[in-house]
Amino acid sequence: MRGNFSTITKMFSASVVAAGLLMSAPARAADDTIKVGILHSLSGTMAISETTLKDAMLMLIDEQNAKGGLLGKKLEAVVVDPASNWPLFAEKARELISKDKVAAVFGCWTSVSRKSVLPVFSELDNILFYPVQYEGEESERNVFYTGAAPNQQAIPAVDYLMSEDGGSVKRWVLEGTDYVYPRTTNKILEAYLKAKGVAAEDIMVNYTPFGFSDWQTEVSAIKKFGSAGKKTAVVSTVNGDANVPFYKELGNQGIKAEDIPVMAFSVGEEELAGLDTAPLVGHLAAWNYFESVDTPENKKFIADWHKFIKNDKRTTNDPMEAHYIGFNMWVKAVEKAGTTDPDKVIDAMIGVSVPNLTGGYSTMMPNHHITKPVLIGEIQADGQFETVSRTPGLVMGDEWSDYLPDSKDLISDWRAPLSCGNFNVATGKCGGKGTN
Amino acid sequence: MNLLRAIGLTLLFLLATLSSSGAGEADLRGIIANFATAKGFSETGTVVHDLAATGDPAVEWPLAALADGNLYIRKADSLVFVGKEAGDSVELFDPLSGEKSADAAKDDITKIKVNNTLRRVIRDALGTLTLGAKDPAVRIAAADTMFKTPDAANIGPLDTAIASESVASVKALLEQARAASVLVSDRPDADKLAAIALIGARSDRNAVSMLTSVEANASGAVQEAATAAIANINSTLAFWDAGQNIWYGISLGSVLLLAAIGLAITFGVMGVINMAHGEMVMLGAYTTFVVQQVIRTSFPGLFDWSLVIALPLAFLVAALVGLAIERGVIRFLYGRPLETLLATWGVSLILQQAVRSIFGPTNQEVGNPSWMSGSFNVGQLAITWNRLWILVFALTVFAVLLYVMKRTPWGLQMRAVTANRRMAASMGIRTPWVDALTFALGSGIAGIAGVALSQIDNVSPNLGRGYIIDSFMVVVFGGVGNLWGTLVGAFSLGIVNKFLEPYAGAVLGKIVVLVLIILFIQKRPRGLFALKGRAVEA
Repeated sequence: MRGNFSTITKMFSASVVAAGLLMSAPARAADDTIKVGILHSLSGTMAISETTLKDAMLMLIDEQNAKGGLLGKKLEAVVVDPASNWPLFAEKARELISKDKVAAVFGCWTSVSRKSVLPVFSELDNILFYPVQYEGEESERNVFYTGAAPNQQAIPAVDYLMSEDGGSVKRWVLEGTDYVYPRTTNKILEAYLKAKGVAAEDIMVNYTPFGFSDWQTEVSAIKKFGSAGKKTAVVSTVNGDANVPFYKELGNQGIKAEDIPVMAFSVGEEELAGLDTAPLVGHLAAWNYFESVDTPENKKFIADWHKFIKNDKRTTNDPMEAHYIGFNMWVKAVEKAGTTDPDKVIDAMIGVSVPNLTGGYSTMMPNHHITKPVLIGEIQADGQFETVSRTPGLVMGDEWSDYLPDSKDLISDWRAPLSCGNFNVATGKCGGKGTN
Repeated sequence: MNLLRAIGLTLLFLLATLSSSGAGEADLRGIIANFATAKGFSETGTVVHDLAATGDPAVEWPLAALADGNLYIRKADSLVFVGKEAGDSVELFDPLSGEKSADAAKDDITKIKVNNTLRRVIRDALGTLTLGAKDPAVRIAAADTMFKTPDAANIGPLDTAIASESVASVKALLEQARAASVLVSDRPDADKLAAIALIGARSDRNAVSMLTSVEANASGAVQEAATAAIANINSTLAFWDAGQNIWYGISLGSVLLLAAIGLAITFGVMGVINMAHGEMVMLGAYTTFVVQQVIRTSFPGLFDWSLVIALPLAFLVAALVGLAIERGVIRFLYGRPLETLLATWGVSLILQQAVRSIFGPTNQEVGNPSWMSGSFNVGQLAITWNRLWILVFALTVFAVLLYVMKRTPWGLQMRAVTANRRMAASMGIRTPWVDALTFALGSGIAGIAGVALSQIDNVSPNLGRGYIIDSFMVVVFGGVGNLWGTLVGAFSLGIVNKFLEPYAGAVLGKIVVLVLIILFIQKRPRGLFALKGRAVEA
């Protein structure tokens, strides 16, 4: 009985989906606008970061419309608010795709929100552009990752600290917020550092809860760990709001960047805007974009942004550039495919190349990640970053880390005939599992 | 004659040494010009070394400017200038004479980039140059730098500095810096043993750090002495570590107390489950932000007073909002805790979103006044000023509140209403107004807590979220309706938390504390200090 019932529900839902698809096809053709979904939290804890991305998307869509739209049609933004509530992300994604019939969705910030919408995107076959640096260990056909994979941020950052310019660091504190991105990134970094000959006692890993605000014990532990006669650095994957009290405590306890530098992966111009940066000069961040990068493209982008947001104090940041790249790639792919049909656009995306804001080109690779330069910047007294190191060429996003035992044999290639996001080269089968 | 000749020779000699140590200005200019051609941080570092090697005090200014990122190259003629940003253009000054040159647009000059490594090189170089500075603080910084970067070549300059030093505390630091340099030199073991004794007396982390590297590189008696000194320092430090945990616990306790004390009134005294309590804290923090903005733009001289000015304003803003909530929502819901909880939760969301719409979702910068920045040492215990002031402030607020509750007519009315509402009403107390004012008081206290918390946390619309759970925990643990309970509850939770943190980590530590509280509430449902009385029993 039970089995029968579930078969019936399955058949029923399948027919609903089929009906939905049938209905959506003519609807899409008849519309005179192309709808683009924006799935960013406008309220709740993540609003601090995600609201800016919503505004950036609105600006990009405006600009494209001013240029004459896409395929002769105007673009129309559909904004929804998933309110920093992870299950609501999935609901809102479904609403965007099934009800509003959007051609593509730009959205999500946290990994958990991305994981929550993945099934929706593969079920309804639509496209998600994910603009934030993340832990890797994933490659989905319906998702394009325009943020950095660990090898486009974490590994070059550690390389810099190990170099002579970075201070030849020998001892490492991996400080993070307790959730999936820091845990996976730190696992990769630990394996990487050990492969580089760092002894286990020279690595200290510590996690704190979300929104942690009392950093006294942690900072004094860092001070203690750093007084072992070897050059020490902190690699911080501390997320969001917890950064401000962390940096304030560092400043107050007198930890100077010259003595123990902190390399952060989640601190950008936006986070620094809420801080007095004078005591933090010299602490570092690794990104693929800084507002201070001096290129004509970036100057124009910043000017456009200030005009659009009507506030010339608002900063730009790395995820905004990721949306800029992702959106332009999508526009190009739609033009190439001649349709907004997600299936065709997904295939057309691979190999598309657009200018980024740091004076080069970013290309969509077959693993749905993009090529980017990696920049290391030091915090300046004015709240901006000064680039102190830049990878000589572009770095290709590596979704399955080579430093984790579970994922080192996996590759991703969404081109036919392989069309697999987790192909295991050791066994020759599609369907490997990474570390999470 | 002989005497005269001797004097003449000495003078000549002096002149010669002067001119050789203070290399000619032309030489300095030649070296400084190399900044324009240096490529990458290491070449710039070489130029810094060359400059420092001249030993000329004149290089101090350009080097300090370089460390601050204020040294520029003019593109047109590759000349090096010290720059000062003024709006869109940069004022240029000659790096040696300080003479003002023509202003330049930002596009016409390039900043000489510095990074941490280079800044450290400059700091070390400046260390030797500033040993003779007039300001004792600068000499202390120099001694500190030289202690951390020992070099056998430093012994000479340090000896001179020690001989001429008049301040005892600076002299001690200089001697320690000299000892550190002796340890890396090839002086006899006897000197090194004396140096280890001197450094061992510092008994701080820097001394351990220094001795650890000595231990690794030396042998024989020196190594043994280093090992013994390290063991000695470590046992002292273990003692200080415990003291440090207690201090951190007290400090966390004071933050908890501040956040919870307003709630102790609204929830403890009135029995209203106010989920919007955190938002009152947030409003207080935003008031501080607005006050600082006004001061920054209109009265920059008053910045150190910004918090004092913000205190009454924050109290007023939060109290008025509290009054409005009580009159508008809560008074219809007395005796219906579940509805109150849901309604105040809704109010909290409205307040958050309102602040987000007005000020934007991003963090706002609230600066620390100078008297709240930095730290000082008590033995090996680093105490940060902002934490100390917050502790003092929390205790003051507590004392004032206790006075209001116990010694004023209004406090008497409040307590009467709490103990028996109907009886109080029969005695002529206007209970609805007492309710409203009590709620406003609780909210106002939360507002001034926000002024203090803006100094250690970020000022964002989510500020209150982080404190609401902790506040309820403190009030319930301490005993509902008892201010002393809140005090003891806050400090004991803070100290237990901070003692667990180094061993269990922050995440597990918090879980353990929660489990302990659950167990405690099972045993004593009314908390530490249970209120006795008929109305409470009912």
